[in-house]
Amino acid sequence: MIARLADGASRRALGLLAAVFAALAIAPFVVNDYLLTVMIVALYLAYTGQAWNIMMGFAGQLSLGNAIYAGLGAYVAAVLFTRYGVAPWLGLLVAIPVTAACAAVIGFLAFRFGVAGVYFAILTIAFAEFARVGFDHLDFVHASAGLFLPVTQYTHDDLWRLRGNPTMFYYVILAATAVAFLLSRALLKSRIGYFWLAIREDEQAARAAGIDTFRYKMFALMISAAVTSFAGVFYAFFYNNLFPEQVFNITQSIEMILGPIIGGVGTLFGPVLGAFVLTGMAESVTSIMAALGFDLPGAKQVFYGICLLLVVVALPEGIWPPLARRLGIDRLGINKAGIDKDRR
Amino acid sequence: MSLAVYLNVIVAGILTGLVYGLMALGLSVIFGVVRIVNFAHGEMMSIAMYIAVVLFAAFHLDPLIMLVPIAAVMFVFGYLLQLSLINPFITRPEHSQFLLVVAIALIIVNTLLIIFGPDAQTIQTSYAYDSFLIGPVIIDASKAYAAAAAIVVTVALFAFFRFTLFGKAIRACADNYTGALVVGLDVKRFYALTFGIGAACVGAAGTMMSLITDVTPMLGPAYTLLAFVIVITGGLGSMAGALIGGVLIGLTEAIAGLLFTPSAKSMFSFGILVLVLLLRPQGILGKRAA
Amino acid sequence: MTALLSLDRLSKRFRGLVAVDGVSFAVPEGAIFAVIGPNGAGKTTLFNMIAGAIAPDSGTVSFAGEDITGLAPDAVCRRGIARTFQLVRPFPALSLEDNVIVGALLRRTDVDAARVKARELLRRFDLFDRRHQPASSLTLPDRKRLEVMRALATEPKLLLLDEVVAGLRPTEVDRLVTVLRELNRDIGLTILLIEHVMRAVMALASRVVVLDHGTAIAEGEPHEVVRDPAVVQSYLGQSEVDIRVV
Repeated sequence: MIARLADGASRRALGLLAAVFAALAIAPFVVNDYLLTVMIVALYLAYTGQAWNIMMGFAGQLSLGNAIYAGLGAYVAAVLFTRYGVAPWLGLLVAIPVTAACAAVIGFLAFRFGVAGVYFAILTIAFAEFARVGFDHLDFVHASAGLFLPVTQYTHDDLWRLRGNPTMFYYVILAATAVAFLLSRALLKSRIGYFWLAIREDEQAARAAGIDTFRYKMFALMISAAVTSFAGVFYAFFYNNLFPEQVFNITQSIEMILGPIIGGVGTLFGPVLGAFVLTGMAESVTSIMAALGFDLPGAKQVFYGICLLLVVVALPEGIWPPLARRLGIDRLGINKAGIDKDRR
Repeated sequence: MSLAVYLNVIVAGILTGLVYGLMALGLSVIFGVVRIVNFAHGEMMSIAMYIAVVLFAAFHLDPLIMLVPIAAVMFVFGYLLQLSLINPFITRPEHSQFLLVVAIALIIVNTLLIIFGPDAQTIQTSYAYDSFLIGPVIIDASKAYAAAAAIVVTVALFAFFRFTLFGKAIRACADNYTGALVVGLDVKRFYALTFGIGAACVGAAGTMMSLITDVTPMLGPAYTLLAFVIVITGGLGSMAGALIGGVLIGLTEAIAGLLFTPSAKSMFSFGILVLVLLLRPQGILGKRAA
Repeated sequence: MTALLSLDRLSKRFRGLVAVDGVSFAVPEGAIFAVIGPNGAGKTTLFNMIAGAIAPDSGTVSFAGEDITGLAPDAVCRRGIARTFQLVRPFPALSLEDNVIVGALLRRTDVDAARVKARELLRRFDLFDRRHQPASSLTLPDRKRLEVMRALATEPKLLLLDEVVAGLRPTEVDRLVTVLRELNRDIGLTILLIEHVMRAVMALASRVVVLDHGTAIAEGEPHEVVRDPAVVQSYLGQSEVDIRVV
């Protein structure tokens, strides 16, 4: 299986991947606590971006409401933990079907009734907003007062219950991001991946080629949602508090998709690269402002917005595709046009 | 609760809905012609609201009088925005356009936040607490004026779309996009003017809205969503549909606020949106694509 | 010969305008069958009804003895009818090979097996050397060939070709005609084509149906049909369609 995953990837790409992974793996020994937290945020966005990329980058379905999947995952695991003492990994076993079912409902409603493109995007926002306002009034999860996980000083890391130090959380999210990356590649190289790309490129032509587009779009949504739900579980146990106003907010959904768009939609490296660029940009703006003695609420976001504007204007495909061409690892099976699998 | 309470709420909902309709009309015009999903629509509305707030605070200029000048300012804003930033993105994929507009929205919201701070501001006109009594129904004067102005502007717009060549071109574009393009308009200028008109709509709506609600920077995204809900409910590309959608959503919000809790009102408008998308994906007045 | 595809009084109207009006014919297994007719005769509408892209108002489409009227396009394709589009629609960002692999994956789950099949087709259509180019970089004739390959990769019993040689140069037409004849002969592929280019129709078709204003006005051997007065009349009404290119 592992050998198959590496199939067709160029040596350079594998080398780069190994170097990046090694650097990320030793990072906790090198960086301070603050930077470690920043890297956790970056990896979180890389992970959620990778999940969104499955839906949009591969299957071409523009979701602007992925926060609903993270939010549901977070609430399911947190409720099970606080009320019944169920460990998050077991909670995940409940969270995944719940979020996948939610995606199935959204997908069924949208695709059966021919809701596509921009309309689909708005429908996904509507569901996320629906969840936000709904949870805000749901007393079972303490409504807008928020749901809190008990926090104490941990003497040792409890991986099973996800209670511990940032370093443990860092490795958890790093591992998850690696898994999401490999899963994305495996999907892209499989039959389902080809069908998704076909649907993304031209849905009618895909149907004419015999692809049951309804079914494969549903798969894309459900897989993306299931992957995203783990991000929610992670979020709940890392931050220890959940407010509907935050977790289901549209800004969450937008943050999830900025990484892959900046990095390169439909690419494998894009979401990871984009998440780090984005987080790095945000952090440098913060520190520059601190150094200049600015303390205006909103100033950071304005600068952030301007940076974003410059990236989209200057690099329409995102950062990764031109970079990959530069590095000579374009023909890798991971670029947008996908994919050389020349084996001889 | 007596019938009068319901009637009051229904009338208030319809009046607010008319202003919503004008806002959504702007979005519909922009999407119909430029095919850009203007995710900065509510943010543009906040700009207009703040202009109204500032003019009132500094010179005591009534928003009702400043309606046209503010709409004109927003026209210029929209015209320039389209010409400079958005136009190069016309041929880009949807998600790329989306990111551009999100960046613009982000800049607008937070610039407003820097300038005006997070606190809500209000316009205290001399008639802020006046009301009309018609039978058992009490009508808030500000809402009545705002709705009346929205109707006037909307009627003027419909006349413009019906009787001027340029207006007809916009309508034609919204109806049949490729068909109108073949006719050979100066697309770039045409788009910029259209975007300007859409911005002017939302400018007028924002000016009126400042009469009936508190103004905060963070309202922008909420209004953007609301505009989308309305336009889709009414039917994208349908001008009358935007108005009907606006009234319907205004009404829904008002009734939901009365029967449940005001903070949950948006849930009901989203509920309506979902229903409409499912039962009539092209919107109430929209035409189904062939 | 038994009929692989048969249409029975198939009709479709758009907003009162009759596009196809009670058309019936049968395509025998192993035949190359052409539908010709002037612009607006309803040929593409007819095709779309067979392929499931449009549901007919009345009438039935039977394929291999089963009623397939109103099935979705993907279901029709899985039954064994593959089509090309008049305005070609390859998957632009995918390479040629990947375009064909998508088609080949309909009948197999293994990507490597699909690649073998795709390369076989790429060789047959002389596009093997360019298999890694994105489809968007191809010229129109090559895109048309790509569409045919993608359709063939789904291993159809019946291939629907919608003006597949229109816009090609005569030598290119001949090349494509040769490949199609080979496929017909070697694997017994049944072909139904819509064509304007009489050169291709004459070279390929064993039987021709002529549509005019939505109705079938003639059916027969290509050489008979072109001499049919009704056919000549319908074409002369049109300008500049040279029917005598034989």
